[in-house]
Amino acid sequence: MKFFQQFFASGTLFIWLAGGALACSLLLIGGLLTIIFINGMGYFWPKDLVQLTLKNDTRVLGEIVDTQRIPETATADFPDGQTRMQLKVGNRDVYGLDFRWVDEADIAQRTWPQDVIAFERREWGNFYGWVTAVWDGDTPLVKGRDIAWNAWYPFLEQAESLHREIHHIERDVIGAINADMERARLNLKTLELKGKVSVDSADSLQQDIQQRELAYQEQVQRLVGLYERLNRYRVTLIDVTGEERIFPVGGLVKAWRPNAMRVWDKTLMYVENIWNVLTDEPREANTEGGIFPAIFGTVMMVLVMSVAVVPFGVLAAVYLKEYAKQGLLTRMIRIAVNNLAGVPSIVFGVFGLGFFVYAVGGTIDQLLFSASLPNPTFGTGGMLWASLTLALMTVPVVIVATEEGLSAVPREYREGSLGLGATKFESLIRVVLPCAMPGILTGLILAVSRATGEVAPLMLTGVVKLAPALPVDSQFPFLHLDRKFMHLGFHIYDVGFQSPNVEAAKPMVYVTTLVLVLVVLLLNMTAIALRTRMRKRYAGASV
Amino acid sequence: MEIEKNFLDQSSASVKTTDAKSLRLVVDTRQTNPMKKMFVESETAQPSLTDGPAKIVIRDMNFYYGNVQALKCVNMTIPANKVTAFIGPSGCGKSTLLRCLNRLNDLVDGARVEGSILLDEENIYRPEVDATDLRTRVGMVFQKINPFPKTVWQNVAYGPQLQKIRKRAILDDIVETSLQGAGLWDEVKDRLHASALGLSGGQQQRLCIARALAVNPEVLLMDEPCSALDPISTGRIEELLHTLKERLTVVIVTHNMQQAARVSDLTGFFLLGELIEFDDTKKIFTNPGDSRTEDYVTGRFG
Repeated sequence: MKFFQQFFASGTLFIWLAGGALACSLLLIGGLLTIIFINGMGYFWPKDLVQLTLKNDTRVLGEIVDTQRIPETATADFPDGQTRMQLKVGNRDVYGLDFRWVDEADIAQRTWPQDVIAFERREWGNFYGWVTAVWDGDTPLVKGRDIAWNAWYPFLEQAESLHREIHHIERDVIGAINADMERARLNLKTLELKGKVSVDSADSLQQDIQQRELAYQEQVQRLVGLYERLNRYRVTLIDVTGEERIFPVGGLVKAWRPNAMRVWDKTLMYVENIWNVLTDEPREANTEGGIFPAIFGTVMMVLVMSVAVVPFGVLAAVYLKEYAKQGLLTRMIRIAVNNLAGVPSIVFGVFGLGFFVYAVGGTIDQLLFSASLPNPTFGTGGMLWASLTLALMTVPVVIVATEEGLSAVPREYREGSLGLGATKFESLIRVVLPCAMPGILTGLILAVSRATGEVAPLMLTGVVKLAPALPVDSQFPFLHLDRKFMHLGFHIYDVGFQSPNVEAAKPMVYVTTLVLVLVVLLLNMTAIALRTRMRKRYAGASV
Repeated sequence: MEIEKNFLDQSSASVKTTDAKSLRLVVDTRQTNPMKKMFVESETAQPSLTDGPAKIVIRDMNFYYGNVQALKCVNMTIPANKVTAFIGPSGCGKSTLLRCLNRLNDLVDGARVEGSILLDEENIYRPEVDATDLRTRVGMVFQKINPFPKTVWQNVAYGPQLQKIRKRAILDDIVETSLQGAGLWDEVKDRLHASALGLSGGQQQRLCIARALAVNPEVLLMDEPCSALDPISTGRIEELLHTLKERLTVVIVTHNMQQAARVSDLTGFFLLGELIEFDDTKKIFTNPGDSRTEDYVTGRFG
């Protein structure tokens, strides 16, 4: 009895409980991150292709993705039961599916052919097989498996540069022409709306539009020529069942022979794959290609949000803490602010849609962009409204943190500054706010963490599955905050749960999740590093 | 050791100088117009310490924190170019009075002042007086050592910069003279642009004095400036007071009666918000007029 009393009094049990709770949390977080990391990073490794000959003489070629035990198949020969494996067989245009389950019991033979090639295509996913011929138009250049492999690679590189040129023309050159044309058209329409259109000005604008139309046609001609060149060389691909398909080289992204690659080659390719995913645009309903626009959109949205939320939150906190007469009203405001932090984010999304998009954006359109109505400019979801909605959602965090930061500034600093003839405002700007900076940054860190992972309000205020252009480009005014954008969080939802080909999208979901976690980490680390520097500068502030 | 000896010598010297001219100040808290009878010659009729012009005159001063009265009808005249000490037990209102002299109490919620404080015959509590201007004339050094988390240079230049002095050369000059005035120049001249928080406690407090001197005040208020310092640093600051009083008027609040005896020319004893006695330091410590003062300075209470 006494032992137990002492045991409880000593707090040993409590310490174990506390330690256990911490260990549990760490374990969960660590496990989550490990799963994301392994699955996300594994996606980039070029896997070997296995060729299976089944007992019914069909042949299957693909990457082994998964193996699992078949339930209730334990027999005397197989006490553990039988297994089946999932193969990524690719060639969706040939088989209709790019994943297939094979029972191990059906397999007669496994081989790893050295010369098998994996092709990454712009459409229809990967192709696994061999190249047998290269064509220039309708005339064969080379025939035979190894000869063709060696001969066609320069064409692939050429196709890549053609693709870059086409992309440049389509996006930048034609984009600029379209923007100019739209501007001229809107000018004309504005003049018409105001009733001030004169013959001269209308003529000159019309001419302007016509000139641009000509320039546009010229570019289209160039594009036609480029596409012809792109489709001139073609290759014959053959799969493991003997089906042949002819593709233009321009339809292929890259090709590699995974079974013949050494570890070093695979490592190089691994790094290259990571780089491509981080810098490329998505293809195939976002399940392939890269996620660069989503990374860019996420980071930019968080930056715009920070620019909005920090001044707003800090000013509000300064008034509430330093200038407002403390009493019942300020106490109630504080409670309200704290409660605001707990409002579900979708509510903010609805508010953002109603207030920012329709009310504010609609009014801006009426006043400034009336010429382009009924097409909305700011009266529809976009980067600005999404950022402001998130800023509104996170402003309570910044207010609370700033208030705490202000309370932590020793009274002696304020009095010391006032005693030297500073006004309250000067003291605030020159002494109090710099000292409260670490607290403000803590608020920013919390705000960024919350905002980066938020999806629901964005779906209502400006995120799209596929944005045609980044919010920053080379066309005036360079920063297009009215544009819709892509976001990593929404990308996860869209690719993982809205994609027609869920199995193929799975690795992309892991990769996107990993990148999102890393982006949050990076943004936070930046703010933390900044705060550490501030803290160091104000270290020993309370002597 | 040498420093300690030094300031002991000095303090005895300062007592000696006050010896010859002792004057009794009668403080009557019930008097409605105290100015008429502010100074009454003592029985010995020795020359007055307050011969010089009065710098600060406090008249019928009442101070309230909300409903609590912290100062009760205080009347006193603080002479120019002297060190005046306020002593008394904790909570007696001496710091409150000090903070009234540069209107730092304005910022305290619920603080209320009655009566007037004249600085050079002008009431600092008139509504048209700008408190920030006043504070450049009446500087302050705090009990809690509070250099800003900036460099030494920035700390000293803070006040002048607030007065829109922008030229670097002028600021450099002010920084140097102020630091010299606070006896800190030789120690920090090579680390002007290092953080002030890297200095020792005593150096930091002298930096705070230099910072106050940089705006060229007429009065320097010190609220227990040495309470957090070791005896050697304390000695340095006490030495400094002797030179400072040639330039300006010093009012110092202290808990340390030896310190009051060493550094001040006049001493006021406060108890429960009342000014019990205000007189030559020598008189207060050797022959106080009020029994409560005697009890306090001899250590019988407080």
